[in-house]
Amino acid sequence: MVNAKGRSLVAMGLTFILAVIAGTGAIMATASGAAPAMPAGDATRGAQVYEDNCTGCHSLDANRVGPAHRGVFGRKAGSAPGFAYSPALKKAKFAWDVAKLDTWLTNPQGFVPGAKMGFRLPDAQKRADVIAYLKKESGK
Amino acid sequence: MDQFAPTRRSILGTTGGAMLSAAAIGVLGGVSSSAFAKTAKKSATQGDVDILNVALGLEHEAIAAYSIGAGSGLLAKPVLDAAVLFQGHHKGHRDALIKAITDMGGKPVAAKTDAEYAAALNVAATVKSQADVLKLAQKLEKGAANAYIGVIPSFSSNDLKQISARLAADEASHWATLSFVLGEAPPAAPLIFG
Repeated sequence: MVNAKGRSLVAMGLTFILAVIAGTGAIMATASGAAPAMPAGDATRGAQVYEDNCTGCHSLDANRVGPAHRGVFGRKAGSAPGFAYSPALKKAKFAWDVAKLDTWLTNPQGFVPGAKMGFRLPDAQKRADVIAYLKKESGK
Repeated sequence: MDQFAPTRRSILGTTGGAMLSAAAIGVLGGVSSSAFAKTAKKSATQGDVDILNVALGLEHEAIAAYSIGAGSGLLAKPVLDAAVLFQGHHKGHRDALIKAITDMGGKPVAAKTDAEYAAALNVAATVKSQADVLKLAQKLEKGAANAYIGVIPSFSSNDLKQISARLAADEASHWATLSFVLGEAPPAAPLIFG
């Protein structure tokens, strides 16, 4: 008959095995290219990220070097009125959502070959924050 | 303030001697056009040309912003002299970028009119004083510095990456000077840009 100490050892062993399985799954997911989950974005922090990193080329309400961003969230790519997009972005068939904006900001020309924007925002938290800001400023 | 701290007047270069012309400043202080173009041509991709054209667009906007500021009547000397000086740097950047884009087989993007830039920057509503002019310039310089830093990973060659870093450094130096003139202390946290 298994005593208390034995049951405790079995429990520890099972816990260890489950941890190994979970860890192996995570390693396999990463190795297979599965993206880590996006951090939650904060629109207030995102406003500062936008100010610091985006306003060199963009405004919310005017086309400048880059297109205006008010309403970008949910908008078809390459469709801000009056802006001279690249042919690549004009013919893109998707609408901007969290995942698309995140991929775009990670590497625009990798995501849409032929796009003119080369600016990358490598910090995942800053991307999440600025996306939250753009979503808020788009009324979504 | 100790004996080594520069005054705002000396920061703006008004020591009483003759000022260099904006054109001379552009040639001497900016990137040499031919060296830049030669470097850029080596292993250019269309992506590189596109990024350089975006940069050229930024420089056109900066030149216009300084023209608008200088022509507003809001700037007094020596701030006006500094605006002309910084505009000269941007003209040097512009000229180097135009040559590089052309040599790489691209078509340099044209500048818009000052009126178009003023409208896009909402100058009429937001610029009413010298401080407002300086704040606009400060914001644009920081944006440009961060833009030049942000595109570095997208360039195909290390030479273009380095040139982008040098352009960012010019804009950062403008930002720092403008911030000092505005009476702003340097940020406490490091890694101010990028």
